[in-house]
Amino acid sequence: MADEQKPEGSLAPPPPAGEAASPTEKPAAAPPKPAPPKPAAAAHAALPKPPAIMVTTPWESDITVQLKERFAAAITEFSSYLGQNFLVAQPQAVIPILEALKLELDFEYLVDITAVDYPKRPERFDVVYILYSFPRNERIRVKTMIPEGYRPATAVSVYLTSNWLEREVFDMFGIEFAGHPDMRRILMPEEWEGYPLRKEYSILQQDDRWVQENLGIESGQ
Amino acid sequence: MPDATFLDATELVINMGPQHPSTHGVLRVILKLDGEKVMGTECVIGYLHRGVEKIGENRTYQQFAPYVDRMDYIAAVSNALGYCLAVEKLLNIEAPPRAQAVRVILTELNRIASHLFWLGTHALDIGAITPVFYCLREREEVLKIFENYCGARLTTHAFRVGGLQYETYEGFEEEVRKFCDWLIPKVDEYETLLTNNRIWLNRLKGVGVLSADECKEYGVTGPVLRAAGVKWDLRKAQPYSGYEQYDFDIPTAENGDTYDRYTVRMEEMRQSTRILRQAVERIPSGPIMGKVPKVVKPPVGEVYVSIEAPKGELGYFIVSDNSTQPYRMRVRPPSFINLQALDRMVRGGLVADVVAIIGTLDIVLGEVDR
Repeated sequence: MADEQKPEGSLAPPPPAGEAASPTEKPAAAPPKPAPPKPAAAAHAALPKPPAIMVTTPWESDITVQLKERFAAAITEFSSYLGQNFLVAQPQAVIPILEALKLELDFEYLVDITAVDYPKRPERFDVVYILYSFPRNERIRVKTMIPEGYRPATAVSVYLTSNWLEREVFDMFGIEFAGHPDMRRILMPEEWEGYPLRKEYSILQQDDRWVQENLGIESGQ
Repeated sequence: MPDATFLDATELVINMGPQHPSTHGVLRVILKLDGEKVMGTECVIGYLHRGVEKIGENRTYQQFAPYVDRMDYIAAVSNALGYCLAVEKLLNIEAPPRAQAVRVILTELNRIASHLFWLGTHALDIGAITPVFYCLREREEVLKIFENYCGARLTTHAFRVGGLQYETYEGFEEEVRKFCDWLIPKVDEYETLLTNNRIWLNRLKGVGVLSADECKEYGVTGPVLRAAGVKWDLRKAQPYSGYEQYDFDIPTAENGDTYDRYTVRMEEMRQSTRILRQAVERIPSGPIMGKVPKVVKPPVGEVYVSIEAPKGELGYFIVSDNSTQPYRMRVRPPSFINLQALDRMVRGGLVADVVAIIGTLDIVLGEVDR
């Protein structure tokens, strides 16, 4: 796949609409535009570097006004990216914020909990809560950044659905949720070692000992 | 000395699955029983875990597209639609109108195929053997259209980022129209077999009730939520791919039991044919593939895009670091989250109803485990 290099390589995200590269009718036509002398990012680095800043716009609405009043400095950012709103909060404030969103602002449906791993950042993980409100027909994300080993409080007392979702985050990233009623792996075998969605876990890696003991084969590869 | 012998013990633990014809794949349910009554359950999942999210981080955006078909393999087209919409959102582009219309047609055909497959297997679980033959016969017609369109029947990989790979074939509209005309009497026929059938009613009415509040609490979406009386469908609430142009209703029911989920899905098939009829009448002309660079490299950012898959809300949360591969690829699978409500639905019921309730949730283990 290294035969083509896309001309757009600048760090500041270009306006994605109106690609000037291939104005031809058929998408198969090779863009003959000469590439600026920006080399493509080295894709073979052992650990991917943390991404540059996402270009967001500030988010203001009745929700942000109310949350700002309640939580003040505990929420560090209200932003919007491509029309999708999110806020960034201190980890210890997440559960009170979710509670306020659910009980006072009608965000009664927790869509998803997931995490993103940035190994080079001091606060290694992003934990992302996606919420939806039926009366408002609106979706927001609550994000928080936590260092390795930090145990964020569980959201099970606020949303029952977070039970399995938090177990999956634990299974894949090794983030333990404090106060969770059943903090076990959910998709991987219980005795498995390692957390597959961490960045240092290679795609070919496996728990050799587990495979040999339980499957009776040398390797699953 | 143990203080209770086997005969005194009130609780009996039974293992159902992972090899069990009624668990629709490799689902293991540990049932704790008091006689015939279910006191509690525990789901053991992960037998089909392939690490789809990890694979997503190690493939380019285009390379990953065929993998999403393998999650909910009964409704592969819906998976691909959600994925393509998410990447298109990240690139801030839209597919051309012609591609959007054809996408809607294929997705609705797939919704019908998914519901037909659900109906056949669900009825089979409950003891009605005939519907499964009928349903698979009708589903075959949908698969034939897929095969004519792109050569594949199940894991179609029909969509690409920015549009579709293939033009529609000669007589595509006519075939879809004919299929709609042909399907409606068939759906009526299933209803004559089942809707007022006494055994069917006895097995489904009042079984596995999940109220609207419980649905929201558990994050359950799709026909299960609508059967509990919540008129919510992402095709209407947050229309995508041009669904706002089509006239259709969201079927709902009141009781949130297994029978209501059956009626909701039957009506959804009829509504899908309504969308299909409108869509084939007005497929716009123009290109079917948008102008997308050959190497997709979205700017740094993150999006969450979701669609109404046959099973519920299917979402993709993608984080881009301006490289050719996603930095994080999260799939929000409806089956996984709906399955979590199983415990609440079967608790206090009879062990024989567990089979009916697993069937009514309409889970696909490929999507639960990913």
